[in-house]
Amino acid sequence: MSVKERDPLTGHQTTGHEWNGITELNTRVPRAVWFFIIVTHIWALVYWVLMPAWPLVNTYTRGLLGIDQQEQVKERVAAADATRGIWADQIAALPLDKIRDDTLLMANVDRAAPALFGDNCAACHGSRAEGGPGYPSLVDDAWLWGGDDETILETLRVGINSPHPDTRYAEMLAFGRDGMLDRGQIRIAADYVQSLAGLDSGASPERLEEGAALFADNCASCHGEDGAGVQDLGAPNLTDTHWIYGGSDEALFETIYGGRQGWMPAWENRLTKAQRKMLAIYITSLADGGPE
Amino acid sequence: MMERLTGAERQIALIICVVMAIVGLVMAAAGHGDPMGSHGAIVLIAAGITTFFVLRAIGEPEPAEDRTVDYYDDPTKAGLVIALFWAVVGMGMGVWVAAQLAWPDLRIDAAWSSFGRIRPVHTSGVIFGFGGNALIATSYHVMQRTSRARLAGHVSPWFVLLGFNLFCIIAASGYLMGVTQSKEYAEPEWYADIWLVIVWVVYFVLYIRTLARRNEPHIYVANWYYLAFILVVAILHIVNNLAVPASLTGAKSYSAFAGVQDAMTQWWYGHNAVAFFLTAGFLGMLYYFLPKRAERPIYSYRLSILSFWGIVFFYIWAGSHHLHYTALPQWVQTLGMTFSVMLLVPSWASAGNALMTLNGAWHKVRDDATLRFMMVAAVFYGLSTFEGSFMAVRAVNSLSHYTDWTVGHVHAGAMGWVALITFGSIYSVVPLLWKRETMYSWKLVEWHFWLALAGTVIYVFAMWNSGIIQGLMWRTYTDSGTLAYSFTDTLVAMHPYYVARACGGALFLTGAILAAYNVYMTIRHAPEKRPERDYPTSSEAVEPAVPAAE
Ligand code: HEM
Ligand code: HEM
Repeated sequence: MSVKERDPLTGHQTTGHEWNGITELNTRVPRAVWFFIIVTHIWALVYWVLMPAWPLVNTYTRGLLGIDQQEQVKERVAAADATRGIWADQIAALPLDKIRDDTLLMANVDRAAPALFGDNCAACHGSRAEGGPGYPSLVDDAWLWGGDDETILETLRVGINSPHPDTRYAEMLAFGRDGMLDRGQIRIAADYVQSLAGLDSGASPERLEEGAALFADNCASCHGEDGAGVQDLGAPNLTDTHWIYGGSDEALFETIYGGRQGWMPAWENRLTKAQRKMLAIYITSLADGGPE
Repeated sequence: MMERLTGAERQIALIICVVMAIVGLVMAAAGHGDPMGSHGAIVLIAAGITTFFVLRAIGEPEPAEDRTVDYYDDPTKAGLVIALFWAVVGMGMGVWVAAQLAWPDLRIDAAWSSFGRIRPVHTSGVIFGFGGNALIATSYHVMQRTSRARLAGHVSPWFVLLGFNLFCIIAASGYLMGVTQSKEYAEPEWYADIWLVIVWVVYFVLYIRTLARRNEPHIYVANWYYLAFILVVAILHIVNNLAVPASLTGAKSYSAFAGVQDAMTQWWYGHNAVAFFLTAGFLGMLYYFLPKRAERPIYSYRLSILSFWGIVFFYIWAGSHHLHYTALPQWVQTLGMTFSVMLLVPSWASAGNALMTLNGAWHKVRDDATLRFMMVAAVFYGLSTFEGSFMAVRAVNSLSHYTDWTVGHVHAGAMGWVALITFGSIYSVVPLLWKRETMYSWKLVEWHFWLALAGTVIYVFAMWNSGIIQGLMWRTYTDSGTLAYSFTDTLVAMHPYYVARACGGALFLTGAILAAYNVYMTIRHAPEKRPERDYPTSSEAVEPAVPAAE
């Protein structure tokens, strides 16, 4: 069985073994293979000498270059913080209006804020801050807690219904589930709310009158006599057409029946003061119809 | 097929089935209300079905055939058909996963259809379902042919094949129910892991016993690779899955490792799953079917030895390149990186050995799509190992890590190498096993080849682009030293590539469906032909001139 043959094509001998018709040539390992084995091994050896590489009993070979990835990260983060600090410290110290007047600082805001918004806020408020079901739009000028600089900064700092000790707190009560209104009453109230917003609810004047009475008894304490909302309480204006959860019959029924308690994280410990200020400038510029 | 077992073997099969049924029943009862209960029901049903087939045969007369004159190919045939089934399922899932990444709403309102659950069905479906069955089936074929000996046993090959598929089904159904250990490629829970250990040990013993029966003085290279695959996968699987069940009646366990040790164990496993499952096993396939089809001697025996030991030795060290720039101590990263680079040479030596073997047969590569599958597979093997070694360098990895570049690399290996070599092997072995002249339609093979190649190229190029764009966007800073792009910006940039990937995947899937159809038609309709000299040598001694008994 062990008959060595010469392969006519390559001129190499076979090893003389055969497996179900398969044979093997005894060709030398090509020079190039040895060459690259040597190159890669030398490279590895050099790397081991220079860098942290082999474990010892209770330490490891640290390498001649003395490089340590943890130290490197710390240094790089510190260096990056230092370059940003040049302008970020100023932003942290100045009131928003002063920043807006400073074109140099504003150049930094314009560069940094969109990505900050995209990474932290857009997931709920939408990539163009347009809001969505359950999340208020930030471009419509209909503010729950107020749209002036200080109020926005505070909202960012403490969040809404968040675990932050100073958090803004607001809750729409579950009038239906908690038995304050029955289903019929809720539908009437919903029609009245639609009429407040100038929507055609199709309800008769008597029904709306009944709704007004229900509203005065149950809703006005938060949303105001006229339904225009109370910003100190974070109670939304019901006379405009900006909805968080929607103005349809079903959405309004669900809101009044089960209540609502939206949630916005507190950013005090997640973003720096400068970052929160840049975001406040960014979203006020959006609300003013600034950059799209 | 059960009729070909002897009475005693049928009894053993029956005992195994009954034991399985009891285990299933206990699991179903104990795990009631937990996914483990559903898995118990699956085990029970599987045991019931096999019991039915065994019982149907148990009263039949003993088989009349002379077992020494023939190879035992029934489990191989079944394995190949099952592999094709999983190919269609697993790749179909892949296309769905790809489509969800492009259009996230492409799901129904049920937890099982969410990305996180169907993704592992894809990965396990293709790696274990398709790849694993193809490896088991071809290993049965190759070990018999290169040993010129019949399989050592008739129940154990079935036990391994069907047991392994039971594992696959438990794995996939578990993912859909939300069962996972959260270790990639090792997601199944503790009871599935224990079961796989049993199956795998039987597999190992079967392989060794068959080799021990061989009628050839030497062990052929392909068998080294298959053995390395079986042995190392056993070790990896056992170590990485060491865990304490939270309770014996539920599908939840806690890993024996914690923190960075857990991460390192997982990627030591994960990388060597690539090495010994997706590489070594399939190199076994390559080393048998490529020279067989090309009818050329292996270019260099010495190169085979060098690359085998190189691959086996270096791969084991390389896992830590999956954890560059993490909490893993830097010296471990250094070792992973340097060994990955040294690994390149034996990897390329294997690919080169395969391609040089084709010298003198290039006209066949041109004319024969089956051989072309294997040739292109070797090229993609070379490509993905080069890419892998490159990505293992820390500086490169800092760009590629966490991006689609990794996914592109994975699929250059998985589609270009693993799937293509498997399809090539299937096309060359199916006519032989079913004693057919050729495949039913060579045109369909040709179509499959081009669909698969186009699909792979589109997929891989799309992911290279997307991955590099993504990586660069993540690290682009503005002049102020702040990030230039939000994460969502990168998603928007990746969308077109995700669409392209889904299209490429759909082409690849179409090819796999054609393969399944072609194999089915070959079995049913292709003209018959008896293969020559396809029987163990022991029978040659008995009946020198005549092939297998009529
Ligand atoms: C029809 C062809 C295929 C398509 C469309 C496809 C699609 C996908 C998709 C979309 C992912 C998820 C990527 C992500 O999470 O970003 C994925 C992951 C994966 N696929 Fe495929 N795939 C295909 C074929 C295969 C084959 C044949 C194999 C293996 C033999 C394979 C192995 C894997 C693996 C290992 C992963 C995980 C990658 C990682 O975690 O980095 N795929 N595939
Ligand atoms: C010399 C050979 C190879 C080396 C050095 C290598 C190296 C690498 C590296 C550096 C990564 C990226 C790790 C990360 O950044 O997370 C990776 C990922 C991967 N490679 Fe390879 N690779 C090689 C060959 C292959 C082959 C042939 C296949 C497939 C058949 C393959 C399949 C994979 C898979 C599935 C992953 C993704 C793991 C995950 O994150 O889920 N590799 N490989």
